[in-house]
Amino acid sequence: MNYYNEMFEGSQVREPYARLSEWVETMPADFRQMKQAEAEALFRRIGITFAVYGEGGDPDRLIPFDMMPRVFEQAEWRKLERGIKQRARALNAFLRDVYGRAEIVRAGRIPARLVYQNEAYEKAVVGIVPPRGVYSHIIGIDLVRTAKDQFFVLEDNCRTPSGVSYMLENREIMMRMFPGLFRANRIEPVDQYPDLLRRTLESVAPAKCHDRPTCVVLTPGHFNSAYYEHSFLANLMGVELVEGADLFVDGEFVYMRTTQGPRRVDVIYRRIDDPFLDPLCFRPDSMLGVPGLMDVYRSGGVSICSAPGAGVADDKAIYTFVPEMVRFYLGEEPLLQNVQTWTLWKDDDYRYVMENLADLVVKEVHGSGGYGMLVGPKSTKDEIEAFRAKIEANPGNYIAQPTLALSTCPTFVEEGLAPRHVDLRPYCLCGDRIELVPGGLTRVALREGSLVVNSSQGGGVKDTWVLSE
Amino acid sequence: MLSRTAANLFWMGRHLERADTAARLLDVGQRITLLPNTASGYQNEWNSLLQASGTATLFAEKYGEISQENIEEFIFFDRDNPSSVMSCIERAREAGRIVRTALTSQVWDALNVAYQDLRKLEKTPCDRIDTGSLTDFTTSHTSTVRGAINATQLRNDGWHFMNLGYGLERADATARLLDVKYYVLLPRIEFVGSGLDTYQWQVILRALSAHRSYHWAYGGDITAARVADFLILNGESPRSLITALYEAVWNLEGIAKRYGETVPTNARDKAREVLGRLQAHDIDMIFDEGLHEFLTWFIGEIGTISTLVHEDYLLGGS
Repeated sequence: MNYYNEMFEGSQVREPYARLSEWVETMPADFRQMKQAEAEALFRRIGITFAVYGEGGDPDRLIPFDMMPRVFEQAEWRKLERGIKQRARALNAFLRDVYGRAEIVRAGRIPARLVYQNEAYEKAVVGIVPPRGVYSHIIGIDLVRTAKDQFFVLEDNCRTPSGVSYMLENREIMMRMFPGLFRANRIEPVDQYPDLLRRTLESVAPAKCHDRPTCVVLTPGHFNSAYYEHSFLANLMGVELVEGADLFVDGEFVYMRTTQGPRRVDVIYRRIDDPFLDPLCFRPDSMLGVPGLMDVYRSGGVSICSAPGAGVADDKAIYTFVPEMVRFYLGEEPLLQNVQTWTLWKDDDYRYVMENLADLVVKEVHGSGGYGMLVGPKSTKDEIEAFRAKIEANPGNYIAQPTLALSTCPTFVEEGLAPRHVDLRPYCLCGDRIELVPGGLTRVALREGSLVVNSSQGGGVKDTWVLSE
Repeated sequence: MLSRTAANLFWMGRHLERADTAARLLDVGQRITLLPNTASGYQNEWNSLLQASGTATLFAEKYGEISQENIEEFIFFDRDNPSSVMSCIERAREAGRIVRTALTSQVWDALNVAYQDLRKLEKTPCDRIDTGSLTDFTTSHTSTVRGAINATQLRNDGWHFMNLGYGLERADATARLLDVKYYVLLPRIEFVGSGLDTYQWQVILRALSAHRSYHWAYGGDITAARVADFLILNGESPRSLITALYEAVWNLEGIAKRYGETVPTNARDKAREVLGRLQAHDIDMIFDEGLHEFLTWFIGEIGTISTLVHEDYLLGGS
């Protein structure tokens, strides 16, 4: 397969990478190892680790950081940005619709079954319209590239997309280690993200809030794999990081327990899943949530970001309909393309997929993190047959996509620079405005030839640059 | 500040001080058992020390026999013993990790290094380490953390809660160590003033790193009344009850001033009252009243202040 190399066209260096190329060529011999060690020490010191479950060993691991940045031109970025914002608007319009009159279902554009029988559909919030009609306030859209102007959306993340702390820290560490690079290249900043996030959260304060809204970040606690990110964001926004037990409901409001008595909370940026939010409404055994929270939410005493039930929009089955949403709600043609997807609960699709397993990528509808998937061309016959049996047992649980020719970006390996496959997750903020910082999280598959970029599967991260004009 | 954050800072301070106390307790025991002519052999002394720290039953259940290795393991490394150095450092670090953003990176570094080094020490074969180095290890690490706190933390309410934890724990620990000496180690009145008596007082002073400062302050001989005065009522002595309590009051005043009148101040009021009563005592009054009775009263009052701190600030007014 022929892969688009983002830095080289044949042996020619593409324009955005020109100065980086000089930087690499004039780098002294042992400079790279020295800097790599320095970067790792910085990450360890700051405490940026993630937890990998079920594999034994040290649960606190460093995510591998690659010092070679990934670069976008201003024009490329503008185009992506328009597409991302469009998609974010459509997804929120869809959520508002399916918890209301569900026009899109009535119009026959999306099968009712996919919406109402979806596990992420929350009957408890039907008819409630959150402030400004926004359900998903932070949308992470995973993009892959196959050619100069060809981007595809791999999936949407409407619940609580993680990884933004890596985007910010990668930049911080690159700027600290290589200030010269930032003087030589004109790179758009990303460090305004925490301010924008706070502004976004404040902009969706409930109607009952008349002063400056008090926002908090709600975490499952310090045992959670993303705890570092939770405390990082709370710290940079200057808001409290709370656990469920720090909050309580009294009358029509939610309060946090402080040393100066109860303090009202208006906006909760929650990093816990729907089922754990409120034991009185969802899972009764949840110790992470706040009893009575949903009552306050329903009566407009508090905003929850993202809104309970937002997950119905980022399901892999719903995914295939997002371009349809763009046409239906916005009357526009989608700027970002979906990857062609076969849904295995349809007979024709099922037949096609089963005949071509060796060429396809098959994923679980509700899976995430790169677990429970089959990459046909990279699998042995036995692995394929084992997976076939799993599909036969429950076809409705799977979708399939063609194996994409993911673009590559030069990455530091033992021998020097080598092409490795990358994806991109920008974070789109939706409040009174829709905005995103120029950049995102670039994940890179460090194993040669690997197409799986997830950190749990041997992926690393890169700083992502958008050049200014 | 979130009540949970304040509680973690408060308990971080307490656990660090408690780790220190555990190490000093080990030192006291070690030195007392080096004295050959005690009443019923060293087993008795160790048992008394364990009783004083409230862990004798736990020790008996888990180890049964008293031996140097068992005692070291129990007081230093045993995670089943909530007062062991390991338990305390581990909990202090855990509390620190939860409130990472309320700590400076220097404080976190010092705390984290203490924990990592302790885990390395845990893997060292026990015949390679002696008791003295375990105590030194602990006091040196806890001092580093304390120093980082004083040098780098913002003087805000969080700082007050941390130091309040230190102060209350230290007051409690000194009182208990004193009580061990007077009530447990020397139960028979005819020993008072004997060589053994003096030696034990010396050990207590040494355990509190106060041996030299005592001589600076009082010169001359070690007598029960002077040592007790030094450890209870002397405002210059860094670990005396009055100094530790004074620090607790000072921190509670700081919190009360910051929070204004809408927040209850029962803990401060109580601490002020106890401090007032302490100041009204002289050492003869304490001995007349009975040192053990006095210390029992004092330990009870420290417990009350701690409970009031929780009620005033750490429950979040619900």
